This record gives sequence, structure tokens and C-alpha cells, in this order.
Amino acid sequence: MARDSVCDVVVVGAGVVGAACAYYAARAGLDVVVVDRGPVAGGTTGAGEGNLLVSDKPPGPELDLALLSTRLWRQLAAEPPFARAVEYEPKGGLVVASEERGLAALNALADEQRRCGVEAEPVAADRLRDVEPGLAPGLAGGVFYRQDAQVQPALAAAYLIREARAAGARVRTGETVTALLRTPGGALRGVRTGRGELHAPAVVNAAGVWGGEVAALAGATLPVRPRRGFILVTQPLPPLVRHKVYAADYVADVASDSAALQTSAVVEGTASGPVLIGASRERVGFERGVSLPVLRRLAAAAIGLFPALATVDAIRAYLGFRPYLPDHLPAIGPDPRAPGLVHACGHEGAGVGLAAATGLLVARVLLGEPAPLDLAAFRPERFAPPGAHTRRGEDAQPAEETEASKC
Amino acid sequence: MLIRLRFGGTPRRPAAARPGTAFALSVDGERIEALPGHTIAAALWRAGIVSWRRTRGEARPRGVFCGIGVCFDCLVTVNGRPNQRACLVPARPGDAVDTRAGTGLGGDET
Amino acid sequence: MNGVTRPQSPDGVLRLAVIGAGPAGMEGAVRAADGAVAVTVIDAGPAAGGQFHRQPSPLLHALPPASQARLPSWSPSWLPSPALAPHRAGRGWAALKSRFDRHVAAGRVRHLADHHVWFAERAGGGFRVHALVGPAQQSSIRVDADALLLATGAYERVLPFPGWTLPGVVTAGGAQAMLKGSLVLPGREVVVAGTGPLLLPVAAGLAEAGAVVKALIESADMRALLRPAPALAAAANPGKLAEAAGYAARLAQYRIPVRSRHVVVAAHGGERVEAVTVAALDALGHVLPGSQQRISCDSLAIGHGLLPHLGLALTLGARVEDEPAPAVVVDGEQRTCVPALWAAGEASGVGGAALAQVEGEIAGRSVAAWSRGPRRAWQDEDHARSPAWTSAERRRGRRREFFAALDAVYARDVTWAERVDDDTTICRCEEVRAGAIRRVLRDDAASDPRTVKLLTRAGMGWCQGRMCAPAVAGLLAERSAARERGGAEGGGAPGPSALVSSRPFARPVPLGVLATLPPDEEEGTDEQP
Repeated sequence: MARDSVCDVVVVGAGVVGAACAYYAARAGLDVVVVDRGPVAGGTTGAGEGNLLVSDKPPGPELDLALLSTRLWRQLAAEPPFARAVEYEPKGGLVVASEERGLAALNALADEQRRCGVEAEPVAADRLRDVEPGLAPGLAGGVFYRQDAQVQPALAAAYLIREARAAGARVRTGETVTALLRTPGGALRGVRTGRGELHAPAVVNAAGVWGGEVAALAGATLPVRPRRGFILVTQPLPPLVRHKVYAADYVADVASDSAALQTSAVVEGTASGPVLIGASRERVGFERGVSLPVLRRLAAAAIGLFPALATVDAIRAYLGFRPYLPDHLPAIGPDPRAPGLVHACGHEGAGVGLAAATGLLVARVLLGEPAPLDLAAFRPERFAPPGAHTRRGEDAQPAEETEASKC
Repeated sequence: MLIRLRFGGTPRRPAAARPGTAFALSVDGERIEALPGHTIAAALWRAGIVSWRRTRGEARPRGVFCGIGVCFDCLVTVNGRPNQRACLVPARPGDAVDTRAGTGLGGDET
Repeated sequence: MNGVTRPQSPDGVLRLAVIGAGPAGMEGAVRAADGAVAVTVIDAGPAAGGQFHRQPSPLLHALPPASQARLPSWSPSWLPSPALAPHRAGRGWAALKSRFDRHVAAGRVRHLADHHVWFAERAGGGFRVHALVGPAQQSSIRVDADALLLATGAYERVLPFPGWTLPGVVTAGGAQAMLKGSLVLPGREVVVAGTGPLLLPVAAGLAEAGAVVKALIESADMRALLRPAPALAAAANPGKLAEAAGYAARLAQYRIPVRSRHVVVAAHGGERVEAVTVAALDALGHVLPGSQQRISCDSLAIGHGLLPHLGLALTLGARVEDEPAPAVVVDGEQRTCVPALWAAGEASGVGGAALAQVEGEIAGRSVAAWSRGPRRAWQDEDHARSPAWTSAERRRGRRREFFAALDAVYARDVTWAERVDDDTTICRCEEVRAGAIRRVLRDDAASDPRTVKLLTRAGMGWCQGRMCAPAVAGLLAERSAARERGGAEGGGAPGPSALVSSRPFARPVPLGVLATLPPDEEEGTDEQP
């Protein structure tokens, strides 16, 4: 068996989550091969805003994950080339409420978040424009979240991939995983791609919105679905929006299960000048058509927060598909239905922010070391119907795959 | 009036147009003349000005490049409205043209 | 498309929207209106004509010059006719304009001049086109139509070289557009350079307007044009070849030195261009060592052919190809793969004004036939023996062949990338240099334009990659060739073409305009301000 077709772990997916998994695994000494059918950051990562947020997460497992990730991103940022290479900006987030009732709910959420370690400072109405001078007058108040930060997501993925390669990882883009190879006992032993077989005792499913398809190759059910979002991009601007600024109803939209269109204003400047305007959520499959009603609502909501944007040009718009799971939590950890398969997908709109923690946790799982966080809430098999666990997947595996296992 | 084509301010050859009366506009407060039918870019060229913007990254001078509204290199502030394509906007008497650096919106001049 | 039921307008008249009022759009509008279709033409120009028939502003009251500058009919359709003269196609233009104007006067064609289309979408079984109004562009109207003809024209392709961002370096067509529209020149001493049939009339036009054209630098072998190859001779009619040959005389008359198989390798200057360095190419297209020569000048008009505007077609879901040249894919009647969507002129393949006009004719008549019955095609009417169809198809075929033969003379500049050092700016808007792009191609295995954009910002700026796309494609090809030489597997050609990328907005649109569009519930009426 040629050296280049054997490794310790195959990471499927070169988005920011796969990149982080490769980074932490390779730095821990594992021999890693990253495979992606497209380029680095070619899927949802390249269509994201690059939010590293704790502010939008109520207390619970996702907030714990986000807090861990925030610490890890900061550690990464301590590596000298990182901040410039990925446009890392630890600028903080400002959540604003337009009415008293919304403000009360926001403050109540902030109280709970503070108890979990979130730095959340109330900002009185008359101080809002000290924090963010371009804000519309008349807002009821807000909360400032110092830990919120931003990266340019494609650059972050590329940086982590480069660093993983420096630690020995190999990266094969433009190569599609067509099958997962398994032993007669059902354990994973590698992948088959369009260019041949790659043998490894572990496979990481970091295929994002296509994570369900990779899981299905092992006969496992993982109901990852796309939730479409649009982003409007303005002309380059002088500093107009200093922080990530969003309306308090965003948190409710994130947590919503509705398939219908939801929009809430999320506005942020970028290191490169343009302001990014989100966020919309709708379940329309992989429909790529541009929706003017969505863009209209995004523009109106952004102007509602920052009136000066009314005369600013939008120069482009793009869309992406957030990989969401029914309970809005990612799938992270080993899949008991297919030993050797470790999931790292389904992060919905928080993949960039949660990537660092996910990568570290996956590396710990691969090394058999204790994780710094309880993975129970992220168990990939949590969606399977009762009693349908474990060896179910093997039956679905084509005979050919099990036979090809003698090497 | 028989106009002359202008090249950086130097007339060369009698040209063949009988435009209306020249009018004034200002560029960063300085007066230049334009002819009815000119775009802002044409008025600037006629006055011998080929660059009126500096880039926001490297502060390099820029002016007309594509001449048909596609490249956005000729952006200029006209009557306080930033980032207008000089090659498309008609010049009007009394127009105030501001050359600006960076994003064209102030606050980031280099 | 034939299977689609024709949408029924309230008054039973089919509504066609035409985007672009160049030769293709005007002819298409006229032919559709001849067939009782209600036409709305939406165009950014202040007057109909497009880039090819660009007229000096009427306010300049331009008069014909003493000597006649002529524009060959095979010139790219967006090329403005020389500054001070009605061109040779003047009679054809006058006839087209008069037919167009008659329909406008009769209310059969509505001409929305100075309307800038920023978005087009499928709506209610047809299309809805959104356009910003007037130079202010602070309000948007919409036009609802049952059928849509894209006649969106082209813009100039420029391959970068050191110094190409200096003021005074302009596109060849841009110099001509400024001259034609406003009677101004970029400078006193001009070098015209690049490749393609556009350069000849531009050089002649600038000289005629009084500029000293210091040199015409053409990377192709112009002997093939002046002593045409059999393919060109066969495809051309004698008149066209006479036009081409006439340029030799024109250039000689103005004492313009012509250097074929030469390229501009750099432009020099601080605040504006002061000189260019040109060099000769060897048989394989590499710069001949020691052939560099400096030419002082105060402006450079440069162009490397044309690229069609394809953004609206892509947004609407039409199939677009990038080989052999970027174009919307159309059938014999200029229909795209999207029902009720036609494309003509440079949008369906760059080929010059004469080709654009006959394509517009075919598209317009096809729309008219479709309006008479949902499954009708023009060529099927009259028992498939329509002499008009046969004639139009023949004319289109001849013009396509001629342009293809002409295009073959101006072979692609395959060695361009080797003349671009890492310091050369590639993306003018975001100031991304070649070295930064080569780095992500090498270090991040980027192999497609989108990844290059995400990792370098090349193509993310104001022009949305329209200017740098050919260069990014060239650098991708350079990397791909290097990988193949290195024996790497899967190097392959660049992925999706850098020249054909989707852009939802055809131009920037103020957020305030976007925010105040009428909401869906209330939509459906035409032209809500």
C-alpha cells in the first residue's frame, strides 16, 4: 500500500470546520488527509460573515461550545501572522432593542448569559451612540458583548489548512468521497474517492450542509438540512459600523424552527471596508435564485439601525446554506453506528465561530483523550428513531465495500 | 464659438463642433470650464486633469479607464454626492466636483 | 421554450422588454413591434444607438469634419464611430434609427433612455426588470414583460501589465467613447496597443481628431489581416477586405508607425503615464530579448478584445458558455434555454455591429411569431419557407463566419502571464497584485476564480471583477500549466470560467432604493416609482 494512500484520519470537508479539525489533529501528531470535492472554503464557509459570537446563544451546550471556541480563537490570534492573515477583529458585538419590552427580554437573557461566563454589559439608550455613533436615534437600549469577534471565514479556513499542512497534513481538493470503506465488523477503514482509496481508521465528517450525505455513506442518519441566508455587501466605507450590531429579535430568529422567511438586521463593518448586512433564514432547499423580497427586507432593517446606509450602494449580494439540525445543535463526536466515523457538522450559522472548539474536541476524540466539554448534547445519533441505533448502518452498506476490506 | 479639442489644456486642431456657451464648474474649489454635452470626465480631461481619485489601499492616482461606466475607476464626488462615475454623469453649470481619497466618503483620507 | 404557454397580458398584447438599445436591441425592438408586440426598450444611454452608434451629445452640435473617418462594419458593435464623422454604416444607421423612431412616435415602442438596469427576475410567468432612473440613480422603476430580449452588449477586455493603472492609460474603446461622446482626448501623444480589430479605427480616429499617435502596437501578426488568409478572404466580401486594406492607407496618412507582433510590457510614470516600453515577440510569443524600446507618450489606449455582459443572463438562469468565447447559449432564433428569454448581439457572442443587428432582427421576429401562438417559431411559420428567415439566417451565418475568421487572426495572447511580475496590480478596485494571487494558487491550492476572490479580494470591489476576470483566468491557466509540467495530476484547466460569474446586481444599487421597493403583496403594476 503506497504511503500516500494511508493515514490516521481522513477529514471530509475543507470548510472552516474541517480545517480546524485538520489543524488540531495534525498539531497533535496525527497523520491527516483532508479531502474536499471543491476548493478550500468552497461551501458555506465562503458564503458566511465570519462571526465568532457568544451573544446570540442562550445558556446551554452551544453557549459552552462558543465560550470554549472564543478562548481558542484568541489563542490562535496570539500566533503573530494570524490576525492579519484572517482579518481577526476582537471588536465586540452590540445587540440593540428598539422597544422597552424587547430590551427587558434582552437584559434577562444577558443576566443568564453572564452567569455562564459571558461578558455582557448593558448599554443605556443615551449611551448607545457613544458605543456606535451611526446608530439610529430612539432605540430603547442594548447590551455590549465584549467577547464577540470576527474573522474573514475563507481566510480563516485557508490559514488553518496551511498550518495543518505545515504540521504534516495533506490536502486533496477537487476530490469527491464516493464511499466509506468498512471492515466486515462495520468499523470504518477509509474512504473511496474519485481517484482511489484512502485508508484510515478514522473519518471525520466535516461536510457541512452535505454532512447528511456523508453520514448516509455509512448508513447512518444525520438529518442535516440547508437553511438559506443572504448577505448584502456595500461599497467600501470608512469606519461607519464599529462593532457587530444586530437587533434583539435576531436571537429569536436563530432559534426558530419555522421554514418561513425570517429576517433580522445584522450589520457589521469589515477590515476591508465593505459593510455586510444579514441575516435572513428560510428553508427552501438548495434553491440558488436571488430573492429580491429578502434583499429588500435586509436593506430596510439595516437602514433602520444605521440611517446613513440609505445612500450607500449595495455592490453585491450572495447566499449560502447553513447546515442545520432539527435541534439547532451541531453533531460533534463519534458515531456508535459506524465506529471510526466522527462527526463535525451541522453548525447552522455558527460554524465559523464554533470551528475552533469543534476541531479541538474532534482531535481529542481521535486521540482518545478526555474532552474539555461534555459532548452528550452533540451526539450524532440523537436523531435516530428509538431502537434503530448501532449496527443498523452496516446492513445498508454495499457488499462491495465490505469485501474490499482486506489490506 | 468654434471649439478646439483640448489636450491637457493645449489646443491643437480646430475641431468641428459648435457647442453652446461654455459654463463653469469647480474642481476642489478651482474653476474650470465645460461645454454643454460634456460629462464630468470630459470636462476634467478638457481642463487637462486626468486623475481625480486616490485609491483607498495604496493612495494611487486614478481617473478614467474604461470610459463607459464599467470599471468604476473614475469615481468622484459631484455636488456632495460621493462615488459618481465621472464618465457617465453629465456636467452642469455650477457643479462642485470634489476629488477625494479612499472610500470617497471622507474620514479615511491618507 | 416552445412548450411554454404564452403569457396573456390584460389587453391580449404580448409585452416584450428589451435591455439595451444598440444595434441588436433596436433592430429587435423594431421587428417585434412590426409584429404587433408591445415593446419597452430600457437603455443606459442618453440616446438610442449603443456604443457603436454613440453620437456626440446634441448639445455639442458636432459637424462633419473635412476628412471622413470611417468605421468598418465589422467593428465591434460597441465601438463608437470616429469622433467627428458619420461612419460608413451611416445610411444603415439612419434607416434603423428612423424605423425605431417611427415605432416610438406611434407608441409601439417605449424607449426608456438613461435607465440603468440593476436586476432582472422571473415574475408572474414572465419577467420583471428593475432599473435606476437618470443620472441621479436615486429611484427605481420596474418593467413587467411576458418576454425579454437581452441585448446588453460588451465591454473591453484588458490584460494587465506593470503600470496599467496609471492615469492616462485608458481602454481603446474608452478613449474612443470619450472622443465620440464629448470630443475630448486623453492626451496629446497617444500609443494605441493591445490586439484586435478595434485598434485600427481607434488609432485612426484619435489621429484624425488631432492626437499624435506615436505607435500602434498589435500583438497579433497584422500581415494576416492586410494580406488575408484564405479563410478570411473566403468569409469576407470584397468590400470588407477593402475596408481592412484601407486602414493601411489611413494609418500611413497619419504617419502612425505600426508594430505587429509587439506588446507593451510596461507603462511608466508617477502621477500619469509618461512613457511605455514595447517589445517584440518571437514566433512562440515570448518577448525577444533586447527588443525593448521606450516610447514617450502622455496616454495609452489599450484593449485586448471584448467581453459580453452576461450577468443578467446568469441571474435569470440562462445557460452561458465560456469556450470558445463567453456567450449566452442561444438556438437558431436567438432563444436562450430559459422560456421567453432571448439574447442577441454581443451577449450571444461577440461579433460586431452588423452581426448584432441581424441577430436582433431574428430575435425580434421570433418574439413576434411567438406572440401569435405559444408554440410558434418564426422559422416554422409559412410552412418553413419564409424567405425572410432564410435571408436573415444566411446573413447571420456569413457575418459569424467572417468574424470567426477575423478573430482567428487575432490569436489569443497565451504568453501574457509571463510578462506580469508579482508586483503588477491585477484587481484595480481592491489593488490585488499578481504575487498575492499566485501565492494562493500555490499555497492554498486555489484553482477557481471564486476561491481566488475569497482569499485575495480580487474581483470583490466596485466593478465586481469585470476588469480583472481575464487576468485572474490567465493566472489560473499559468498555474495549471505549471502543475502539468511538474507532472501533478489533476492540474487541469481552471474550473468555472473566471469570465462567466454570476452577479445578482448588474450595477450597484443604493440600499435606500432597495429598501423602499414595493413589497410583494402590492407588486404587479407596472412602473411603481
